[in-house]
Amino acid sequence: MSRTLSAPVTVAFDYTRSTGPVLGRFLTGLRDGVLIGGRTSEGRVVVPPSEYDPVTHEPTTDFVEVSPVGTVTSWTWVPEPVKGQPLDRPFAFALVLLDGADAPLLHALDAGSPDAVSTGMRVQVRWAPERVGHITDIACFEPLTDETSVSPSGGGIIEDHPVTGVITPVSLDYIYAASPEESAFYRGLEQGRIVGQRCPTCGKVYVPPRSACPSDGTPTTEEIELSQTGTVTTFCIVNVPFLGQKITPPYVSAYVLLDGADIAFLHLILDCPADEVRMGMRVKAVWKPREEWGTTIENISHFAPTDEPDADYDTYKQHL
Amino acid sequence: MGKQPAAVIGVGQTHHRAKRDDVSMAGLCREAIDRALEDAGMTLDEIDAIVVGKAPDLFEGVMMPELFLAEALGAAGKPLLRVHTAGSVGGSTAIVAASLVQSGVHRKVLTVAYEKQSESNAMWALSVPVPFNMPVHAGAGGYFAPHVRSYIRRSGAPTHVGAIVAAKDRNNALKNPYAHLHNEGTTVESVLASTMLWDPIRYDETCPSSDGACALVIASEDVAASSPNPAWIHGTVMRSEATTAAERDQVNPQASRDAAAALYRQAGITSPIDDIDVAEIYVPFSWFEPMWLESLGFAAQNEGWKLTESGATAMDGAMPINCSGGVLSSNPIGASGMLRFGEAALQVRGQAGEHQVDGARRALGHAYGGGSQFFAMWIVGSEKPGN
Repeated sequence: MSRTLSAPVTVAFDYTRSTGPVLGRFLTGLRDGVLIGGRTSEGRVVVPPSEYDPVTHEPTTDFVEVSPVGTVTSWTWVPEPVKGQPLDRPFAFALVLLDGADAPLLHALDAGSPDAVSTGMRVQVRWAPERVGHITDIACFEPLTDETSVSPSGGGIIEDHPVTGVITPVSLDYIYAASPEESAFYRGLEQGRIVGQRCPTCGKVYVPPRSACPSDGTPTTEEIELSQTGTVTTFCIVNVPFLGQKITPPYVSAYVLLDGADIAFLHLILDCPADEVRMGMRVKAVWKPREEWGTTIENISHFAPTDEPDADYDTYKQHL
Repeated sequence: MGKQPAAVIGVGQTHHRAKRDDVSMAGLCREAIDRALEDAGMTLDEIDAIVVGKAPDLFEGVMMPELFLAEALGAAGKPLLRVHTAGSVGGSTAIVAASLVQSGVHRKVLTVAYEKQSESNAMWALSVPVPFNMPVHAGAGGYFAPHVRSYIRRSGAPTHVGAIVAAKDRNNALKNPYAHLHNEGTTVESVLASTMLWDPIRYDETCPSSDGACALVIASEDVAASSPNPAWIHGTVMRSEATTAAERDQVNPQASRDAAAALYRQAGITSPIDDIDVAEIYVPFSWFEPMWLESLGFAAQNEGWKLTESGATAMDGAMPINCSGGVLSSNPIGASGMLRFGEAALQVRGQAGEHQVDGARRALGHAYGGGSQFFAMWIVGSEKPGN
């Protein structure tokens, strides 16, 4: 058995980027099948255009169309493409100096094998079947077979509908690893136990246990099995729905101070109306059916009132 | 050798909005930078170093945005630093910039902080479920609401005090052309009538989600000598503490109290309410005004709400707080702390426009972040320190 527990987490969001006028101009060009560069104060043509001039720092306003044909100035071969890369077969990342530009553009080059790629080779844009105003409107570059057969670019920019934004889906896959101490806590939960740890220096009992006491830094090792009852120190009634929310609002998110613990932890309060939850209310853990248990605090479905008298404020006020 | 004198000689900010879809991130920063430089009578070429700050990268989904922003910020060929301390970052970024001048390393430092919240969703970004844990987290409001409840219980404050703060700050914002919210006619009653989101926090008691940036030019004594109205830096402080620790005071954190004490020692302040003319403190949820008033020593423990309720924190009160409208009226998270610092500087420079407090000579800028675990504060004054 591994000492620590781990589980996958995916953090994904479709970010909505506003491009500003300069990158918007470049992306509008891509949508319309033309490559737009910006001329710097020193007369150099850069693709994509810099938002601000590298010398004067003024916004770029001088835009020029460059050719969809260019020359490879450097490259690297990608033998095993990964998810999200421009092509799903081996390809080159290449710096391409487009005819009419003075600085190269980085993009993918679909050349079949590294033997077919060389610095100085001539390449041309392969446009995506559908263009939307995104860098992927250039599907990739491909070797230029015949200098005379270069097709001129598309019809120019439709000024009425400039591209002002792009949607950038980001998805990151992580493996979340719990610490050894947390792992012991979650394994305890799998057996229906709530296990904390006592700091040997300050004597405080932490649940979930930390690897080291947050107050004095001492590693915590002594395990303490805690009571399944506790006191609500403070709480919030969540009425707000939001993206990715797992519990349907309204719900009570409460700090529960288990008897014998020196720190409260967040859990859900149910089995009574939200507006009857109180600071000082005594609650007990309500477990899911045993067959649903895993190594998670979600084994405890929620906390419910015990119907004992409320705890005196003085017994928990130092935990606020 | 002690610190060299340093002063804010330029302040710039964007018009903060829910969506600034007319500009890129670089364009947003440059809008603030260009205004700060114009205010300072300086060009980007004259700047020695640039310090940039913003809150979590997940808000825009760009890892280390300072890399792609470097050229637009005019940082090519210059030192560029990025600072990150969650919501307090705008304050700590200004302090790092100030320290580069106070240490004598640089004479003219540009600092900028920003957030473009419209590129994602902060509620989502702050509530990513963690395996094995209960998915009860609900953004910043869900985090802070229980601590607001604790404050109300501890202090015995009447429950409408939060609404007083919200109504005051929203009305102050009407005098600030850069503020995101310009909600005419906000009253205590209208705030109390707004939807309860994270009980005990109502909709009108929460900050908006904004796109915006703030920039400052911080200069050495010799450079500031040519400025007509420098805001001299009288003290800076940063403190942090563990987010969770047994018996940690989450209403009035130790790090906050320690930071305020250290700040006032540096600035020679013995009675904050008497010695400070105006303060911009970080109040993303209305109740944090009375909470921080206590932590910052403007009021005794459990009596911050009395100061608020008395009207003392209004623009025409004895201790004006957040005359700009504060975080409750504009919240480009990464920039929000720098806006507090910049607004404090504007007040002592006499440049706060319609929300100027007459004769303000000494001002506090304050920011906090994380789970009330990062603190950044400064005192600026119209007089050179020691005078």
